[in-house]
Amino acid sequence: MRLWQVFKNGLLDENPTFRMVLGMCPTLAVTTAAANGAWMGVAVIFVLTMSNLAVSLIRDFIPDKIRIPCYVVVIASFVTVVDLLLKAYQPDIHAKLGIFIPLIVVNCIILARAETFASKNPIVPSIFDGLGMGLGFTVALTILGSIRELLGAGTVFGLRVMPAAFEPAVIMILPPGAFITLGFLLGLFNLIGKRAKQVS
Amino acid sequence: MEKLDNLVVSSSPHLRSGADVEKMMWHVNLALLPAILLSVYFFGFRALAIIILSIAAAVVTEGIIQKATGKEVLIADGSAVVTGLLLGLNMPVHVPLWLPVIGSVFAIAVVKQAFGGLGSNFMNPALAARAAMLAAWPVHMTSYAVPFVDGITHATPLSILSGAAHGELPSYLDLFIGNVGGVIGETSALALLAGGVYLFVKGVIDWRTPTGFLGTVFILTWIFGGNAGLFTGDPLYHLLAGGLMLGAFYMATDYVTSPVTKKGRLLMGIGAGAITVMIRLWGGYPEGVTYGILLMNIATPLLDRYTVPRIYGTVRK
Repeated sequence: MRLWQVFKNGLLDENPTFRMVLGMCPTLAVTTAAANGAWMGVAVIFVLTMSNLAVSLIRDFIPDKIRIPCYVVVIASFVTVVDLLLKAYQPDIHAKLGIFIPLIVVNCIILARAETFASKNPIVPSIFDGLGMGLGFTVALTILGSIRELLGAGTVFGLRVMPAAFEPAVIMILPPGAFITLGFLLGLFNLIGKRAKQVS
Repeated sequence: MEKLDNLVVSSSPHLRSGADVEKMMWHVNLALLPAILLSVYFFGFRALAIIILSIAAAVVTEGIIQKATGKEVLIADGSAVVTGLLLGLNMPVHVPLWLPVIGSVFAIAVVKQAFGGLGSNFMNPALAARAAMLAAWPVHMTSYAVPFVDGITHATPLSILSGAAHGELPSYLDLFIGNVGGVIGETSALALLAGGVYLFVKGVIDWRTPTGFLGTVFILTWIFGGNAGLFTGDPLYHLLAGGLMLGAFYMATDYVTSPVTKKGRLLMGIGAGAITVMIRLWGGYPEGVTYGILLMNIATPLLDRYTVPRIYGTVRK
């Protein structure tokens, strides 16, 4: 029961993108298309879950004063794994995401979960926390990428959705489009959160 | 003892001019009337259609959002009309007719109401919408038409001047009257100046922002604008061409997004002028006035903070 709550926490109540506004760099930069956002999310799910697992395992051995470098070493190992895996099996996506895959090392969501959750909790809840947070991030990036791709290119996941007469608004796949879309989604999720609080 | 009924104790202000948002906004609309008339004269009734669509979309969007968010519906105050009108005047005449509508919806919904409505927007809505439309549909937004000629796109005087396009430079007189290529509202310096003077006489706009703006552009283009060395530029041409008049009189002076202090207003004009000249002379993007004003809009809170006037009676530090 508690595990389900830990999982749901990352997905909704403490969604890393919409509620905590963490990891903005990949969120804004790679969401020019739905597929890019989704693949970025998958990479983060893997790294987050594995690093939470590892940090939770070694949490009693890490000296307090140098814990951040220790976490970074753990995270960097898994990022290397994901980087090489994507390069081998999804070279197109790897080329599109580019520098943002290695940059997962310094993604603050992963460091924040290691620091605030995995280093204080046993292994199983840490895994669920990693899965929940990673899935929350993935869902957020996919929504953002879908909206931007729909308005900026007329497609979603590469499939044409808009009629042929639709003229794509190029601004949506440029940086301003990322900020405008994210702003509205943040507002929407705040509104939903507020309504939910009033109901309960 | 005599009764003192006529002695009223109240806090300032004691003298009221009777000016309110509504009056100011309708003055602006009235001042733009010559520009509208001349744009219809030069570009035909399609220009009028663009302006009307743009205004209608702005007013309807404002009304719907104010209704939906439970605010007082204040579409009669004319501020949405001003936004729609300015945006319409900022469109080339051959844009597809859905573009001014989407632009107005963006201006009102995203730039104005999403930040809290009139008085809370951090950028001039019409200008921000123009910048957004330009980034979204660059081809439509830069296909300028030449007056009286249907369906032919033409280089603007500024793009010829900067060497980006070929063609013969129009004469000063054509530039002044507006018989040149460009967006529908920017071409006629004469009509815009007439409206600007009207606004100044009515006390709607402060002379500092337009003067600082135009003066800076004049001086800087004179110094740096020429190909033969310093002080060989053609400042008059830069003053009359492009959206400078429209921007300096009607957009840089927007109450919400320009500084409150007198010194701040002058600085706003100078800053916008300097950015405009930099983009016009050395930039690769043809949007000097737009970005000059938008960037100074963002600097406005800072200008206000650093130009607080000395309070009467206090000692200067």
